Amino acid sequence: MSEPAATLLQVDHLTMRFGGITAISDLSFAAKRGDITAIIGPNGAGKTTVFNCLTGFYQPTVGRLELTHETGKRFLLERMPDFRIARDAHVVRTFQNIRLFAGMSVLENLVVAQHIALTRASGYAVAGLLHLPVYRKAERRAVEKARYWLDRMGLTASADQPAGSLPYGSQRRLEIARAMCAGPVLLCLDEPAAGLNTRETNELSDLLRDIRREHGLSILLIEHDMALVMEISDHVVVLDHGACICHGPPAKVRADPAVISAYLGTPEDEAIALTRGRS
Amino acid sequence: MTIDIFLQQLVNGLTLGAFYGLIALGYTMVYGIIGMINFAHGDIYMIGAFVALIGFVVLSTIGVVSVPLAILIVLVMAMFFTACYGWAVERIAYRPLRGSPRLAPLISAIGMSIVLQNYVQIAQGARTKSLQPIVNGQYSIDVGNGAHVTVSLLQIIIIVLTVALMAGFTWVIRSTPLGRAQRATEQDATMAALLGVNVNRTISITFVIGASLAAVAGMMATLYYGVIDFYIGFIAGIKAFTAAVLGGIGSLPGAMLGGLAIGLIESFWPVFFDLAYRDVAVFGVLILVLIFRPTGLLGRPEIEKV
Repeated sequence: MSEPAATLLQVDHLTMRFGGITAISDLSFAAKRGDITAIIGPNGAGKTTVFNCLTGFYQPTVGRLELTHETGKRFLLERMPDFRIARDAHVVRTFQNIRLFAGMSVLENLVVAQHIALTRASGYAVAGLLHLPVYRKAERRAVEKARYWLDRMGLTASADQPAGSLPYGSQRRLEIARAMCAGPVLLCLDEPAAGLNTRETNELSDLLRDIRREHGLSILLIEHDMALVMEISDHVVVLDHGACICHGPPAKVRADPAVISAYLGTPEDEAIALTRGRS
Repeated sequence: MTIDIFLQQLVNGLTLGAFYGLIALGYTMVYGIIGMINFAHGDIYMIGAFVALIGFVVLSTIGVVSVPLAILIVLVMAMFFTACYGWAVERIAYRPLRGSPRLAPLISAIGMSIVLQNYVQIAQGARTKSLQPIVNGQYSIDVGNGAHVTVSLLQIIIIVLTVALMAGFTWVIRSTPLGRAQRATEQDATMAALLGVNVNRTISITFVIGASLAAVAGMMATLYYGVIDFYIGFIAGIKAFTAAVLGGIGSLPGAMLGGLAIGLIESFWPVFFDLAYRDVAVFGVLILVLIFRPTGLLGRPEIEKV
């Protein structure tokens, strides 16, 4: 691993307003290369909005989102259209509510994610239409990569089924597999453990650690499952009402009074806020 | 109905079905990908017919005598120029309205249809244009008992060309990166963009493909009927739209099947009933389908997107 630019993502003064509502105000944080950085906070704290700004879904009102590749190449994400963020900056995300191409087969979902590489190999459709060897080779590679991820996620048996017919847990895994097929430098996971049972959550935590190690990946993670967050993240950013109230290693965050009060509220409605925070 | 009349009308119906199927593909593709009915599509077909007419006239003026060569050149030309129109219509009239309520692009489409009709009316004149037949061969097939079925060379060309185009087109959609990008955009445009698919370009390409298929239909109409005017896109467009709805709007095989069905209904109607009511029959089908089977023959019930 080469040294330059330990900071992968630098978010500076990010502010996002919708009319009179300020979803994020003056948020700054950094994510280091190779780290799993978790963004946590009570519901409505603005976590998903951060993702939406990062992936070009929203145009931030104010702020700078700078991504630096290992090569030293810099990208200002707030100025790029969504498909370029995926294509050039290699930031890929998943969704809280799963968004697979439900009518396409499981395998095809993974091949679509390699659209960029395939389009280039197909010479912007020409070689693809003529079925030239260069394109056939690229397609074979794409299918191989897809098969690798199917195998990795234990989905090989359902390769030809429509993605929408998979059970919930498998859909979650397929969504991660699809994101991985897009070749991310930064993988943004929006509540990947939502709706999973304990066993599936444990598998997920192993999986995330493994793919980070094997693929030199950096992960930005939104998650409500505190056990998972504390177990796998290197760095935690806590949001409340759109502002960062604390950041640091998990142990530090867990002990921070501001975090505890944001999650637990005032002592009398402690129990309610706790369940709400973890739902 | 004797066997010879049946076979004769079958051949005629297949030919008509080829026209409607090719135009219907454009309707159904655009509906699939951006969920709007492109009411200017019939006029794109009309533009294709005019480009083809001009092409044939120009080629005969400069002395191209080989008919297959002329057809090939005109085919490529018509597809190219008409595709430019299709691209421009999307760029000018629909893309700025992306994200607006559904009614806005629909009204814009009707406006575009009027614009194209009037543009051709002014540029080419309102009178009917004619082209003398350039493909003349025909075959008489004996079907027994002294009865004959006549199949013209042009009908064979039209049916073969259409089948080839549809097969090629199906292959493109099913197994090229372009087709995959189109299907992905159709299912979830946002997600497709987040995986690096250039959604705007994919939509543009959809219009370009739809327009070039309509151009082929336009060229075939110029050759088959020999007369065209600026208004032919209206009726042909609505009938092709009926075909797309009958097949299940959004479904590509449905559009081909629907086109075939409408072609056959049109050709068999006069055998049993009054010819004057032929269009009534076609639009009656549209109404019946919309009432009793809104998803069409091959369409699936629409899953409401969140």
